[in-house]
Amino acid sequence: MSKFDPTLRDEIIAAIPNLRAFAISLSGSVDRADDLVQETLLRAFANISSFRPGTNLPAWLFTILRNLFRSEYRKRRREVPDSDGAFAATLTSNPDQNTHLDFEDFRAALDQLPSDQREALVLVGASGFSYEEAADICQCAVGTIKSRVNRARKRLGEMLALDDASDFGPDKTTRAVLAAERT
Amino acid sequence: MSDDHSESASAMADGPSSPLGDGNGTVLGSDIQAKIGQHLRAMYDDVVRQGVPDRFMDLLSKLDKADTTSGEGGGRK
Repeated sequence: MSKFDPTLRDEIIAAIPNLRAFAISLSGSVDRADDLVQETLLRAFANISSFRPGTNLPAWLFTILRNLFRSEYRKRRREVPDSDGAFAATLTSNPDQNTHLDFEDFRAALDQLPSDQREALVLVGASGFSYEEAADICQCAVGTIKSRVNRARKRLGEMLALDDASDFGPDKTTRAVLAAERT
Repeated sequence: MSDDHSESASAMADGPSSPLGDGNGTVLGSDIQAKIGQHLRAMYDDVVRQGVPDRFMDLLSKLDKADTTSGEGGGRK
């Protein structure tokens, strides 16, 4: 077993903030997310010899984290996130009222997505992975990732558009669903 | 993977390239899609900006020490 490569170590550290953000979106809880990241680091360290230098380290770490979450998920279902959502608990900035309301709508909508769609959307739309990398991480076909992202965007768009349009002609059912999500 | 089969089946069923908002008369413009992208990144980046919590730096330091010790036959601090 070779000594832990300092360059690799730095790259792993650099990936931690992104791993946390991804873990929060998966688990719906900051505490669970940090536990997941910790377990990921331990796994990565124990299996560092199976990482091929020069390949995509962040994608390798994301894959470990996702697999850990999935195997955990099989044992106990996704914990119900607190009513404000996990991301809300991490908000450090204090957005103005309008932005804040937009955020509320967005979070409520995001929470309603099926987990595989949310995960694909986050990997591609926020983590900055390509469709190909996201497909590797999720161990599925590139086309599957594309269709999940498309459906996630479409679904979010519909929910947010209905919300926006409510001033002109409220869709009461949707409003009620969204309102119920927030409480 | 059975998941993938059902995935591609339903992808074909509702057509991944179908126009946004098709079928219910709602116009889902690119401005809403842009807003979705902005919100998603803002939410995510807010976590990223928090950097690396101490517990992870501590963990890595411990792992480093353990690795050095076991890798070189122990005894060294």
